[in-house]
Amino acid sequence: MDIQFTEEQELLRSSVQRLLRDQYDFEARRKIAASEEGFSRKHWDAFAELGLLAAPFSEGAGGLGGGPLSTMIVMHEFGRHLVVEPFVETVVLAGGLIEHVGTPEQQQSFIPEIIDGSKIWTLAWTERASRFDLANVTTRARREGSDYVLTGAKTMVIAAPWADCLIVSARTSGGNTDRGGVSLFVVDRRAAGIDLQGFKTIDGRRAAEVSLRDVRGQLLGAEGEGVAALEACRDRAIGALCAEAVGAIGELNSATLEYSKTRKQFGTTIGSFQVLQHRMVDMFIAHQEALSLMQHLSLSLSGGDAGLSRLASGAKSKIGYAGKFVADQAVQLHGGMGMTDELNVGHYFKRLSSINIQFGDPAFHVLRYAQLVTAA
Amino acid sequence: MELKLSPEDAAFRDEVRTFIAENYPPEMRVPNPETDLTKEQSLLWHRILHKKGWIAPLWPKEYGGPGWSVTQRFIFEQETSRAGTLPPLAFSVTMVGPVIYTFGNEAQKKKFLPRILSGEDWWCQGYSEPGSGSDLATVRTKAVRDGDHYVVNGHKTWTTLAQHADWIFCLVRTDTNAKPQSGISFLLIDMKSPGVTVRPIITIDGSHEVNDVFLENVRVPVENLVGEENKGWTYAKFLLGNERTSMAGIGRSTRYINKLKQIVRAEIPADDPAHLEFLRDIARIELDVLALEATELRVVAQMARGIDPGPAASLFKIRGTEIFQDITELTHRAIGNYGLAIREHPVSANRFMPGPDYGHTASEKYLNARKLSIYGGSNEIQRNIIAKAVLGL
Repeated sequence: MDIQFTEEQELLRSSVQRLLRDQYDFEARRKIAASEEGFSRKHWDAFAELGLLAAPFSEGAGGLGGGPLSTMIVMHEFGRHLVVEPFVETVVLAGGLIEHVGTPEQQQSFIPEIIDGSKIWTLAWTERASRFDLANVTTRARREGSDYVLTGAKTMVIAAPWADCLIVSARTSGGNTDRGGVSLFVVDRRAAGIDLQGFKTIDGRRAAEVSLRDVRGQLLGAEGEGVAALEACRDRAIGALCAEAVGAIGELNSATLEYSKTRKQFGTTIGSFQVLQHRMVDMFIAHQEALSLMQHLSLSLSGGDAGLSRLASGAKSKIGYAGKFVADQAVQLHGGMGMTDELNVGHYFKRLSSINIQFGDPAFHVLRYAQLVTAA
Repeated sequence: MELKLSPEDAAFRDEVRTFIAENYPPEMRVPNPETDLTKEQSLLWHRILHKKGWIAPLWPKEYGGPGWSVTQRFIFEQETSRAGTLPPLAFSVTMVGPVIYTFGNEAQKKKFLPRILSGEDWWCQGYSEPGSGSDLATVRTKAVRDGDHYVVNGHKTWTTLAQHADWIFCLVRTDTNAKPQSGISFLLIDMKSPGVTVRPIITIDGSHEVNDVFLENVRVPVENLVGEENKGWTYAKFLLGNERTSMAGIGRSTRYINKLKQIVRAEIPADDPAHLEFLRDIARIELDVLALEATELRVVAQMARGIDPGPAASLFKIRGTEIFQDITELTHRAIGNYGLAIREHPVSANRFMPGPDYGHTASEKYLNARKLSIYGGSNEIQRNIIAKAVLGL
């Protein structure tokens, strides 16, 4: 099993690579992350122009029909360049939900504005007590005429300060942790009753605490069926995050290998020390395994395979541990330099740490993997 | 775990405990004392200990030490660390002080020791250079004799809290023809000297602890040379021995484990399968701490009988730092989604931070703790030391 890219996929990959190589080196990325807004509209527009924001959507929805494999290709390159723009949030999370559970009207109304880069979206599912449980929802929605009205609080919503629209999970019935009774709503981020408190994340992005008081929302998908929709959404997100992680792991390994060949201590390059050679071999193996699982998962996502969700959790866990191992060792082998804000290594470390939190940490997912196997 | 204490030592322990409880400055109890205190604030406890005569447990009585036994010193270390007090600046009291009273001349002792004890002088360490990390003997900073001065040129790095420092003790090369270890001297340099520039290095946790220190044609009076010219390596090794003794960090680890337990209790419901996993992970770390503490107590008992602990310090450094990294990592995991947030520096700006108070420093501690296995001689180097000095490989 090794993915042979089609001509179109190869074209997508080389065009993303070219764009990022020309416009998204580490210094450019640092400036973007440190800017007032914290991301670059200019680059977002360039992504749109290149068709990246259209790539995964079906042709029927106005996309290029590239599916999860195109997401994998884009995110792998984004991982290599530590791209901060909200591709996962807008295209994979929100776009995916709209495409999969939205009405034809909603798809026609929302997806074109995602594809052309004019609207940024994000998903607000986490709450104070939810941890990684998609069904743990206390935000409430009640029907009012043809609309719904939402009240509650969402926490740690990545990209919310940048977003034009949010998809918010809220409870339309049932108790706080019931699987049934959770619904999804499209909410205008500037709607009356929404309050955002923004802050920076460890990986140089922006997030916000979002409070909602009687905020109007439009139902997305079937009422009460939100958890199933979110689970499928999480599987797709895991596919994207794993590809991003593998991109970052590959960069860390190259940087560490290069450093070990040039850094001299005790009269020789540190790469000549056997203990470090073995360490780097283990980092190489971790990368190979992660890369393989990334491809395996992306193919399963494309095929909609049975057991997909279990595989997603397995990959999130295994690639998560691989990322942690490689990031730890990359910092360690770079010595003090690895600790600095100046060098990119620490930034890959932080991005991999963040990926390991988003949608559940490796320990959460290995447990979920075990439980789903048992259930099968 | 406790040492079996004699009645006198038990009384001493109670005295220390009470003194801390009654005198530790409340304004030093901030979320992260290592990054959140001003220079003045971080010196408050130093001054209190100085007044009490307890600032320099290691020092002989004639230079201002309290004259404690090995056991008493250990008790003091244990109590202050358990109570979460910010240790007095190690570079001054633990590092350069002993070098000066052991190898310095009378004039140097008279000039520097009292000001170290009182906290009047803040010292930083000029050891590492961009090309000399774990391999210190390759220092390239040069000191060339010019009349009754040395002219110093070079670049020191990873200099902790140099932004506050009045003095820097430096390893400098005074003989470029000798073998690396033989051409090094130990020089004391006034940070206010013309030609000294400090440049901040911001680390991945966003804090400013370390710096580059550039030395350009800095004129240093010859009287600031410690001991003999070209014998600096001996003094440096003596100092590094002191640096590595207190790295087991049992008190600190124990405090952070207790905090971690609180977080797990508050964040993860008992019926969540993750709860049991956390309990198991915490128990494993507690056993690591227990084993290291038992080892430390064994070594302390041996030292009290006059047995040289040898490279035991390397063992403490390796395990102490690994354990603390494990704790910070587990704490970062325990706060779940809030691990994505991090406080911005300077923290005095009071920017918004989401989530419960007890989680606010988890990310920065997790990131900052990566340095522990790198600094003070990387853990790889410590393993080499044990391989060579203990196992004879």
